[in-house]
Amino acid sequence: MTVRLQREDFDVAAEAAALSRGRTDIGAVVTFTGICRDHEAGHGVSALILEHYPGMAEEEIARHVAEAEKRWPLLGVTVIHRYGRLVPGDNIVLVVTASTHRAAAFEAAEFLMDYLKTRAPFWKQEERPQGTAWVEAKEADDTAAGRWDRPSERDAAE
Amino acid sequence: MSVTLRYFAWVRERIGKTDEVVDLPADIRTVGDVVAWLAGRGEEYAHAFANPKVVRAAIDRAHVRADTAVAGAREIAFFPPMTGG
Repeated sequence: MTVRLQREDFDVAAEAAALSRGRTDIGAVVTFTGICRDHEAGHGVSALILEHYPGMAEEEIARHVAEAEKRWPLLGVTVIHRYGRLVPGDNIVLVVTASTHRAAAFEAAEFLMDYLKTRAPFWKQEERPQGTAWVEAKEADDTAAGRWDRPSERDAAE
Repeated sequence: MSVTLRYFAWVRERIGKTDEVVDLPADIRTVGDVVAWLAGRGEEYAHAFANPKVVRAAIDRAHVRADTAVAGAREIAFFPPMTGG
C-alpha cells in the first residue's frame, strides 16, 4: 500500500507501472485520476485551493485502503492526493488498484474514491469570477459512499 | 482537562485561528458538550458553530460523533463536511 499527500504533480503511467513492475501475478490494473476542471454548476472556476488535516488525512486514507484490501483480493494499491492551489487541467487525486481480475480492481478503485470524497479530511475552495468560496459537500457523494456501507456501519454513520 | 483544538476550512476562518490549547471545564463529557461550550466563548465561535449539526469532529485523528466521550483526548478537531477527491 502506498499513500502519499503532496503539493507536486504525479505521473499516472509511472505510478501504474510501479505497481506491477517485476510481477507476473497481476492481471488487472485500474487507474482513476481526478482532475481540476474549469467550471462547476454553471460558474467558472479559475483555481481550486485544497486544504487538508496533516496526519489524519494519511491515516484516514490508509484505513480505507486497509478496508478495501479486506473486501477485495488486491495485489497493490496506490493513493496520491495533492493539496495546495491547483488550476484547471491539474491532477488532484490518483487511485491505482491491482488485482488478478478486473472486477476487484474496478470495484476497489470506486470504493476508495467514494470514501475519499466524503471521509478523507480535505476541503476545497473555488476561485470564481465573483470571489473565493468553499465547496459545499454534495448529497450525491454521501449517497455514493453509503452504498458500500454494511448494515452495522449504516447505523453508526447516522 | 487540557486539550489541543484544531480548526479547518470555514470553521478555521470563522474562529480566526488554526489551533489552540484549552482547559475544558470538568463537567464536559462529550464532543457535543465541547461544541456548546465553545459556542459560548464569543461571537466568532458562535458563528462557527451556528449550525452544530453541520460541523464534523475528530478525536486524535479519527472521526467521531457528537455523543462521543472526550475523556483522554489529546487533540480534538472541528471542520465542515469534507470535499476531497
